[in-house]
Formats: sequence, C-alpha cells, structure tokens
Amino acid sequence: MIAQLTRNERQTALLILLAVAIGGLAMAVGGRDNLLGIHGAIAMALAIVMMFVVIGGYYAPEPTEDRTASYYDDPTKVGIIIAMVWAVIGMAVGDWVAWLLVFPDMTFDAGWASFGRLRPIHTSGVIFGFGGNALIATSFYVMQRTSRARMPDQVTPWFVLLGYNLFCIIAATGYLMGVTQSREYAEPEWYADIWLVIVWVTYFVLYLRTLARRKEPHIYVANWYYLAFILVVAMLHIVNNLAVPISLTQAKSYSLFSGVQDAMTQWWYGHNAVAFFLTAGFLGMMYYYMPKRAGRPIYSYRLSIISFWGITFFYMWAGSHHLHYTALPHWVQTLGMTFSVMLLVPSWASAGNALMTLNGAWHKVRDDATLRFMMVAAVFYGLTTFEGSFMAIRPVNALSHYTDWTVGHVHAGALGWVAMITFGAIYASVPWLWKRESMWSPRLVEVHFWLALAGTIIYVFAMWNSGIIQGLMWRTYGEGGTLAYSFVDSLIAMRPYYIARAVGGLFFLLGAAIGLYNIWMTIRSAPEAAYDMTPDEPVVAGMPAMQPGE
Amino acid sequence: MSFFGFHYRLERKTIPFVLAIVGVASIGGIVEIAPLFTIHQTVEAAPDMRVYTPLELAGRNIYIREGCYACHSQMIRTLRDEVERYGPYSLAVESKYDHPHLWGSKRTGPDLARVGGKYSDEWHVAHLYNPRDVMPESVMPAYRWLKRNTLDTSTLSLDLKAMRAVGVPYSDDMIANATADAYGQASPDSAQADGVKSRYGEATNVRAFDGVQGEPTEMDALVAYLQILGKLTDVAHTPVKQASTEAGK
Ligand code: HEC
Ligand code: HEM
Ligand code: HEM
Repeated sequence: MIAQLTRNERQTALLILLAVAIGGLAMAVGGRDNLLGIHGAIAMALAIVMMFVVIGGYYAPEPTEDRTASYYDDPTKVGIIIAMVWAVIGMAVGDWVAWLLVFPDMTFDAGWASFGRLRPIHTSGVIFGFGGNALIATSFYVMQRTSRARMPDQVTPWFVLLGYNLFCIIAATGYLMGVTQSREYAEPEWYADIWLVIVWVTYFVLYLRTLARRKEPHIYVANWYYLAFILVVAMLHIVNNLAVPISLTQAKSYSLFSGVQDAMTQWWYGHNAVAFFLTAGFLGMMYYYMPKRAGRPIYSYRLSIISFWGITFFYMWAGSHHLHYTALPHWVQTLGMTFSVMLLVPSWASAGNALMTLNGAWHKVRDDATLRFMMVAAVFYGLTTFEGSFMAIRPVNALSHYTDWTVGHVHAGALGWVAMITFGAIYASVPWLWKRESMWSPRLVEVHFWLALAGTIIYVFAMWNSGIIQGLMWRTYGEGGTLAYSFVDSLIAMRPYYIARAVGGLFFLLGAAIGLYNIWMTIRSAPEAAYDMTPDEPVVAGMPAMQPGE
Repeated sequence: MSFFGFHYRLERKTIPFVLAIVGVASIGGIVEIAPLFTIHQTVEAAPDMRVYTPLELAGRNIYIREGCYACHSQMIRTLRDEVERYGPYSLAVESKYDHPHLWGSKRTGPDLARVGGKYSDEWHVAHLYNPRDVMPESVMPAYRWLKRNTLDTSTLSLDLKAMRAVGVPYSDDMIANATADAYGQASPDSAQADGVKSRYGEATNVRAFDGVQGEPTEMDALVAYLQILGKLTDVAHTPVKQASTEAGK
C-alpha cells in the first residue's frame, strides 16, 4: 500500500501523522486528570503505529508513472474490510444489548458493561462504523468510475478514511468510559466533533476535486446522493453539536441550546441523519451498483431527479415528528407530520425506480444472491418509508412513540435497507476490486442472504408485536375508568418478543460474520481472474436512457 | 425551458449543484427552528423556576454518563393516559435549564419527568443498587458502583460557569461555592449545609441521600437529581394554566 505512494506523499503522510501525534500528546498531558487525556493517548498511539507503517514502506521504490491511467482503489479495499469488521462488532454489541433486556444481570457489576453505555456503541458502531465506512469506501469507487477520473492525490483519501475511523474509535471507547453528550446519534464530545469536521471538510473537498477532473460532462446520479450526504451531514453535525466545553482540557461540555429548542435541533439532526446518512448515501450506492450488477440502465432519469430533490427538500422538515404531543409548539409538529407524509412520494419514486430497473433482469435476481440483496433492500426501503410516513401521523404516533414499534421501524430500515444494500454493494465490488472472477464461495453468499432475510423478518415482526402490545397496554382503561395495566405488566408482556428479537439478531449477525469470512477468503485464496471482470467504463453513466426526452 | 432541461444543464456544473443542495436543504430547518428562539409563547413564564444545585447537576451528568436516557423519557405527552399515569404533562419551561434536554425517545422503563418525591431516598438507593431487589421483573441494570464511587466535585465550578455561558443564571457566589455546596447538600449536619439553602432556596433538599453523611458519593448526586425531577417549578400543576393550554392543543 505504501509502495503506491510517491516519495512526496509519504512525507506528507508522515507530517500529518506527526501533527496528529503531537495533538494527541497535548491532549494527553493537558487532560491527564480526566478522560480527555485517555483519548489523547489513544490518538497519539494510533498515529505512532501508523507512522511506523509508513516508515516501514518509506524506502520502497516509487510507483511508476502509468498508475495515473488507472483508478486508485487501495483506500476502497481497506475501507470495505474495516466496514465489515465494524459490522460484526456493532451487530455483536447490538445482539448483546438485546440479550441484556432478557437477562439484565449480565453486567459484571461494571459500568462499561451496562445497557446505557453499550447501546450507543451498537448504534454508532453500525451506523458510523459499518455504514459510514461502507459509504466512504464505495463513494471513492463510484466517484472515480462515474467521472472517469482518478482521485487527484493518494494521501487525502487515506486521511479521510483513517481520520474517520479515529473518530469512530474515540466515540466507541468514550461510551465505554461514560463520555457522551447524550444526543442520540451524536453522542461524541466536542473534541471528537471538531475532529470530524476537519475530516469531513477534507472529504467534501476531495469529492469536488475529483469531480473537477471528470471526463464525463454530467455528474452521475449516484454522485448527487453522495454529495448531498456529505454536505448535509456537515450542516447537521455542526449545528447540532454546538456546545461549550467546561475547559479545553476537560471532556465535558454543555450544549448551547436547552429544552425545547435543543430537542428540536437534536431531532432535526436525528431525523436527517436517517435521511442523509442512512438514506441518501445508500441511495447513491444503489444507483451505481444495482444497474451495474443487473446490467440494465436506471429505469427513469426523470424519476431520479424528482426523488432526489424531493428527498433533499422534504426530509429537512420532518424532524419534528419525533416530538408529537410534547412541549414543542403545535405548528411545528403539524409541519413535521405534513412533510413526512409528502415524503412518501419521492421515497417511493426511488424505490420504484430501483425495482423497475430490475424489470427484465428477474432471472438474474433469482440466480444471483448479490443482486437479490439489492432487490430486497429496495423492497424494505419502500416498506420502511411507508411505515415511517404512517407513524408520523399524530394519532398513530400517539401509540407508537416511546415503544418498540419505533425500534421495529428502525431495524426494518437498518437491517432490511441499509445493511442489505451494503452487503449487495460489497459482494459486487469485492471481486471487481481484487480482480477475482467471483466471490470465494457463492454458496456462502446465498447462506448469508437467507440468514439476513430471516433475521430481519424475525426481528421486525417481534418488535411490531411488542411495540403495539406495549402501546395498547399503556392506554387501556379498565372497568372503573382507571388504567388497566401497571408499567411492569407491560414489561412482562415484552419478554417473549425480546427473546425472539435477540434470536433474529443472532441470525443477522451470523450472516455478517460469514460475509466477512467469505470476503477474507476471496482476498486470500481465490485465483486471479483470467480476464478483467470490470470494464471500467460504467454501464450506467452517460447512457442514452439518462437523457431528457427519454 | 423545461425543468428537466434546466436540470440537464445544472448537473453539469459542480458548484451550482452544490449550492442548490445547500439551499434546498436549509429551508426546512430555518423555518422550523429559528422561530422557536423568537416566539415568546414557545417557552412559558415560570418566575418560581430554580436552577439545579451543583449536586443535582452532578447527578444529572451521571444520568447522562450511564445512559439512563436510553430507557427513560422525561417528557409526559398531552395524552390522557400519560397524564393519569405520570402526572401533569410536561411544559417547555420545565426543561429550560436542561443543557442538553433529556426528553428521550424510548420507554423501556417508565417516564421520569415527575419522579421527584414519588419515592423515598432509601427506595431509590435500594432500587439503583439492584432493581430486582425492589421490582423482581425489572430489566434495569444494577448500578452498584454508584454507592462505591465518591463524587468528583473538583470541576463543579467549571460546570456551573459553562452552564452560565450557555444562559443559566448562576451567580458568582454559586460558582465560587459549587464544591462546598455539593458537599453540604449531602451532609445536613456539616458547616457547608447552610449555604446551600441560602443560595438555592429554602425548598432545596438537604439530606444524606445515600444514608451516609460526609464525602458525597455518586449515589448521593444521582438520587438528589432524581428527587428534583418535576420540582423545579410548580407551573405544570397550576390548573388554570393547564386547562387553557389543553384547549389550544
Ligand atoms: C435497560 C433499560 C434501563 C436503564 C438503562 C435504566 N432503567 Fe430505570 N427502569 C427500567 C425499567 C424497566 C424500570 C421499571 C421497573 C423497575 O422499577 O425497576 C425502571 C424504573 C426506574 C425508576 C422507577 C420509576 C417509577 O416511577 O417507578 C427509576 C427512578 C429509574 N428507573 C431510574 C433509572 C436511572 C437513574 C437510571 C440510570 C442510572 C436507569 N433507571 C437506567 C429500565 C432501565
Ligand atoms: C444483529 C443485528 C442487530 C441487533 C440484534 C440489534 C439490536 C438492537 C437493540 C437491542 C437496540 C436497542 C433497542 C432498545 O433500546 O429497546 C437497538 C437499537 C438500534 N439499532 Fe440495532 N440491532 C442490530 C442491527 C442494527 C443495524 C445494522 C443498524 C443500523 C444500520 C441498527 C441501528 C439501530 C438504531 C439506530 C437503534 C436505536 C433505535 C432507537 O433509538 O429507536 N441496528 N438495536
Ligand atoms: C419516508 C421516510 C420515513 C419517515 C417519514 C419516517 C418516520 C419516522 C417516525 C415517525 C419515527 C418515530 C419517531 C418517534 O415516535 O420517536 C421514526 C423513527 C426512526 N426512523 Fe424513520 N422514517 C422514514 C424512513 C426511515 C428510514 C429509511 C430509516 C433507515 C434506517 C429510518 C430510521 C429511523 C430511526 C433510526 C428512527 C429512530 C429514532 C429514535 O427514536 O432514536 N427511518 N421514523
């Protein structure tokens, strides 16, 4: 990997690592009496390890000039492996947490092992660790292919990928130690947030620089979504994390906003983390890999445009559906509800566009588990957005809010859509990237598919049941006009569903672990394909069907 | 020129495309969030509203650290069954000093917005020590270490100062005495105890929350916080007010 870098780039890399190490040292010394110091030490240690890696390859011969005629895929390869490792970690913690709700005493009398600290490791691990790395890795791949241009340099993508993972590591270790802002999906403290801003801005600039070199006149649809993902996540992240640290050498901070304004800002962020992280980014993935794998152009250019701008506009209004019947002013709730319902149109336009793209390739869907992952993802995307729009209606939300129904909705989207489309994209790109004819074991891809599908269905049905039962028990009145059930009654009723969910989750986790193994074996032992499987010219870009007046 | 024709040209230009995304995506947030700061009715008036004492604030930070918010909401909605189960629905002003808010989104356990005063200190200590001693079916984790750990009070002045920077009216006096007040509030017989009531009001709970006076433990802080939940102001209990907002809903 280092051998691919020019001498200059090796020096730049060392300088950046040195700067990170010094920054880490400063934090470690300044914050030695609190947890900030530990994070400084972690950053410093990782930077030093990376410096040794670079120094180890420092005297390797420089790459030849003809590398510029190809794409730069090393960061994508590493990113995919990291994503799969995070998938297994994040889902293992998720399943552990699921079991904790069945056997609450499995906490070894230790703070780090209790539910409240492990749960954010699950959510951040799967969303940011697994999802984020998959998005970064595939975006590097897609932006180069659809622009027919190589990335402008070879250090920036590594900075983005590894810098982002430093953020993920700081986040996860922080939760274990109790460092958290308590903002759902934005738990890391101020210093990690600042670091992420630096990484993210670099990512954005890298994207623009690559697009600027493109040889295609048009920016392909997938890039619209990746761009929206990068840009809007930056906006959301910065506004939602505004806070005042108690001191520059202390981990703790207090959010700038309080109460109702804070809640609204948090859910404006939270819902749009769903929209621009868990939806837009993965739609970008889908718009590249699905047509490519199916060998068919995107069904409709116009539908792509309508759904893209619809999603970008409507989603930003929808956050207040997380705050129905609360102290948030009524007019904001109503706006949130209205836009959430309208959101169904662009969402289904995307899902429909995807499924229509497969029309004519159904025999491939039948035979090819990779394409089937993508097809099922599109179906779950449609289901989840329908469910979401339904749950956003105030009277429905009166029942569903605070219950496991929300958790069911989340995982219909997270397992059925986000994870499935990612597995599909990864299974498609691994043989392309490592120039293999196929995955090491297509059978295992098939096994993974069925485990994932079964796991998702078990999980989601269990949570629908428990959520609706819970919601109904809380509001049921008995004979005398008093509430019929105590809270603990509802808790007891949940137990069988919690067990079912944990079992379904185990299926899903097993599938992911098999996937990681299969990918590893593909890299290790499959023979070189006799011919290059990927014509690097994307099937999809600049196709006639992509023009107006189609 | 048709919309699609326009788009056909737009998607050839990176910077205009980027600006279009930013513009289109900004509108919703601006329309929904900015007015919350300017429209006065958003947060009700509550002249009797008091701030958290240093000990309660430390307890709140433990609540955050342990992730209690992952299972407990602090927001009673305007629904009949919730009001009957948990008490008067929550008003915006009640979390006016909550940086950050802890409304929560999941009720694996019951709402805690009005749990203050519902149980005795001993009940909370026993419950936090092992919930299943009190409630055999509970799935809440046991928090035994809270009783073992002495509370770190060294940074409390900094905490109060940061809170003041974001708009909570702590006085210089409160900031200067934060560490002593945390000690005093959990040790009623100590010399530091008197200052607490003079600074934070006669109604402040000054007790040995975990049953032991002296150096406050994390348990002292957390229980002090739980006992104040819903008690920073009385407005939510004022019947007239409640009726009028109900009509508006
Ligand atoms: C895994 C989810 C979970 C976590 C995390 C959790 N709780 Fe609970 N909590 C529950 C459940 C379930 C109940 C109801 C059964 C019981 O009373 O133990 C409950 C009950 C309570 C009650 C009694 C409420 C009432 O009105 O009866 C209090 C107080 C409480 N929890 C405080 C806390 C605090 C403080 C923390 C963090 C240190 C915490 N909980 C963390 C699940 C949780
Ligand atoms: C092995 C599979 C998985 C299992 C067993 C699992 C389990 C869980 C559990 C037990 C919770 C806590 C629910 C609660 O508090 O009641 C949870 C929450 C959550 N999980 Fe998962 N999960 C899995 C996979 C995923 C994936 C792949 C994603 C995302 C890509 C994801 C995203 C989330 C989110 C966002 C929440 C928070 C939900 C909320 O606050 O409403 N999970 N998960
Ligand atoms: C049209 C699209 C969608 C709409 C209108 C929508 C609507 C909703 C609603 C109403 C809630 C419940 C809020 C509450 O009561 O607390 C919710 C929660 C959630 N949804 Fe969606 N949803 C949509 C799509 C998706 C998708 C595709 C995902 C992808 C994974 C997703 C992930 C989540 C998550 C993670 C939460 C939980 C937030 C929390 O409480 O922690 N949603 N959504």
